[in-house]
Amino acid sequence: MFRTRFTRRLPAAVAVAGLALAAAACGGGGESTSTGAEAAPSASAAQLNANADLSKQSLQVTVWDGYTPKELPDKVKQDLKVSNVKINLHDTNETAMKKLAVPGDSGIDVAFVSGQYAQALWEQGLLEPIHPELIPNLSNLYPEATQLSYDKGNKYSVPYTWGTTGICYRSDLVKAEPTSWNDILKPPAWAQKKVTMMTTERWLALPALKALGYSVNTDKDDEIAKAKELLVAAKQNLLGYDDTTFGDKLKSGEAVMVEAWDGWCPTTDPKKNIKFVVPKEGSDLWVDTMVIMKSSKNKEAAHALINYILDPKIHGWAAENINYKVPNKAAMDAVKVPEGSLLGIKPAELLNGESIRDLGEASTKYTRLSTEVQAQ
Amino acid sequence: MRRPKLLHVPFWATIVFLYLPIAVLVAMSFNAGESAYTFEGFSLKWYGELLADERVISGLVNTLIVAVSSTAIATVLGTLLAVGLARYTRSKILDAVALMPAVLPDLVLGIGLLMLFITLNQTLGHHSVILAHAVFSTAFVAAVVRTRLTGADTSLEEASRDLGAGPVTTFVKVTLPQLTPGIIAGALLAFTLSLDEFVIAFFTIGNADPTLPIVIYSMIRFGVTPEINALASILLLVSFTAVIAGQRLTKIGESRAQD
Amino acid sequence: MTSQTKTRPASPARGRRFAAFAFLSPGLTYLIVLLLVPLALVLSAAFFRRGRFGGIIYEFTTENFTRLIDPLYLSVLGNSLKIAGITTLLALLIGYPTAYFIAQLPRNWKTIALVAIVLPFWTNFIIRIYAWIMLLSGPGIVNSVLGTQLELLYKDGAIVVGLLYSYLPLMVLPLYAAIERLDPQLREASANLGASAFTTFRKVTLPLTIPGVLTGCLFVFVPSFGNFVIPDLLGGGKSIMVGNLIRTQFLQARDEPFGATLTLALIAVLIVLLMVQSWAARRA
Repeated sequence: MFRTRFTRRLPAAVAVAGLALAAAACGGGGESTSTGAEAAPSASAAQLNANADLSKQSLQVTVWDGYTPKELPDKVKQDLKVSNVKINLHDTNETAMKKLAVPGDSGIDVAFVSGQYAQALWEQGLLEPIHPELIPNLSNLYPEATQLSYDKGNKYSVPYTWGTTGICYRSDLVKAEPTSWNDILKPPAWAQKKVTMMTTERWLALPALKALGYSVNTDKDDEIAKAKELLVAAKQNLLGYDDTTFGDKLKSGEAVMVEAWDGWCPTTDPKKNIKFVVPKEGSDLWVDTMVIMKSSKNKEAAHALINYILDPKIHGWAAENINYKVPNKAAMDAVKVPEGSLLGIKPAELLNGESIRDLGEASTKYTRLSTEVQAQ
Repeated sequence: MRRPKLLHVPFWATIVFLYLPIAVLVAMSFNAGESAYTFEGFSLKWYGELLADERVISGLVNTLIVAVSSTAIATVLGTLLAVGLARYTRSKILDAVALMPAVLPDLVLGIGLLMLFITLNQTLGHHSVILAHAVFSTAFVAAVVRTRLTGADTSLEEASRDLGAGPVTTFVKVTLPQLTPGIIAGALLAFTLSLDEFVIAFFTIGNADPTLPIVIYSMIRFGVTPEINALASILLLVSFTAVIAGQRLTKIGESRAQD
Repeated sequence: MTSQTKTRPASPARGRRFAAFAFLSPGLTYLIVLLLVPLALVLSAAFFRRGRFGGIIYEFTTENFTRLIDPLYLSVLGNSLKIAGITTLLALLIGYPTAYFIAQLPRNWKTIALVAIVLPFWTNFIIRIYAWIMLLSGPGIVNSVLGTQLELLYKDGAIVVGLLYSYLPLMVLPLYAAIERLDPQLREASANLGASAFTTFRKVTLPLTIPGVLTGCLFVFVPSFGNFVIPDLLGGGKSIMVGNLIRTQFLQARDEPFGATLTLALIAVLIVLLMVQSWAARRA
């Protein structure tokens, strides 16, 4: 989207003074915006030097709290000889986008975001293409992890963890084990007002789309409308919408069934009364990825960091300590699967899920959908 | 005149409404248990946890950096503006512009500034939050200083001018000393507002380490723990002390000025 | 010119003009660049289009306004008006007698009572909301004290309570100022003429304090109407206000133009209210 980038630099003075007139003039020059995904941003990859002196580079990384080992910065400094490593935290994809999707140099070299957000950043021309020759450890990935639909061939993102979305529930408080998305969309009397769903728009729509047998990436108005009806009806039986604390609500018994990402479902809780199920209608395959910002001045070090993380010994940390599946075969083979853990789900099973793609123009339909559901 | 007795009820109801949540909040910070809901005995352990929490400490430092810097900018700009508006213009429009940031919803200001920084291709960070906070702080300082100016006796200023002093000399030697209590009150107000400000900082901080209100917001979104109660109690103590001290200070300042 | 100014003392008029410039220009420049220009940017963005994957495309369009008059967004605006309106009304009903009571107290007690009302306002906004999450949530304090399982959080009522808690002092202060200023002799005269306490209140006190009432209502309504944090934390995402809508457009949908349009709608509502307020204040 070179044009977006050009127009972003439009001086403030023009934007203010000219208002509509200036706008019409500027906009009139460009062609229409129907550039499809195939006309992806010019992959003007920087020339990177495989033998660059990393000690002259420092790294700033933004990542979810607790998603990487605490000692990672020190280890990276030691092992890769980069001059400094600083970790910034974001609490949700939304906060990450707030930091990243602004022009200018955010100062961030490497960011952790979910797949469809990586795609949106790429489409906006904010990401550096991945230079595979600088990341030999890419070969550790499961072959499936290089064929994810939002980024086939890992052109601009490298998967860090992956999983699926399902129903997380209290096995001691449910009267029947949930098997279908309809169990939370149309909960039986004993579960009413004890169910939560996620609010981030694409995951808000997911249970309804799947229950109706549609794709999670549908842009058909009639399908989205049917999903909306189902979600609006479901709303009156919800405790609330919750993306962050549904695990706590299950533990306290405030909720008995919640829509949850597998890694966030506290199945390893010592009381052993929390379980996870992928509903029979199917679900998504979510991927949290690592991307390198185009504005980074430390691209060699950024690649070195990703390569370092893909080392099975490092990458396995996420599986062993925070119960997330990593798309790294060598790492997963070495991990001991703790009891109750969901790590046993195999890549082939995961791939039954559809990965969520950014739909460009059509993504506003989902914003509208979630607004409609919430405003009811 | 007889005071209507029934009015006790709404007053005390209001006080209970205002202080009960705070009392519960503070009580639960001494909870020995893991839950913020059920009291399981007295303990100070959450205060210990708090002091060891790097996010909170760094949030506090960032908040102070932002509050001190934005207050410094706002005190200078706001004081000059107040004098200018009170003494050198009758323009209603300028008045309105100077007051606008104080009445504009924070969300509007936050979004406007975010769009400005984006359009100017500016990197966001603590500097952008400082600039943003100085906008509403300037308005508050100007408003507070002006109330003192309109109440103030102008004869001294006139005498100074009659004796041949220029406007700048008059300002430095005569007006400024008279205004000092107002300037301090305005600066204190600006400082306190900046300490607590969340929405504008949330939009304009970009990738920089968050200020304390942003840290608290994300802690709350991830659940309720007595550690937040401990943090809340300390903040309550600090702001209560500051407000009461400020109240005392302005009283002393006023009685001095009246002498 | 320069030599003249050096040799001759500056004329008073020119000195005044220089002083006006010196005092006014720094602050006004600052506010123009960081307040008026941003507002102009919001205004202008409302006439542009969203890029396919976010960002602004500088092509003139009015489609954002066509989208705005969609019943969906109007209903959110209506809901925000309703919630902010109820909050303001409750604040007035609670705040007026409270302010009235404080105004009748002896001088020293007045200060103490006022400080007591304002004090909570000076604590962190988010923390005050957090206190209500603790009280109202399912396993929260209210339910555990009462031994009930009431559903208190995640509904409009919780949002109103949160807003009321946050902004009540802003109602009490201007009311207090207005009531304090009243001449007690007026009421005595009314009583001497045989009017009941209620008639005195209705015919004397209330009309004379209307400007304070209007200011207080505005002070409560404005921050309530544009709020997104309280609906976010206490509403559980089940009820949204225009502030949430704006935040979502900017941060989730990355639709700055439509977010800007909604912001304009918010400003427009507030301007109308300001005009109503000043009109009513003039008539009172």
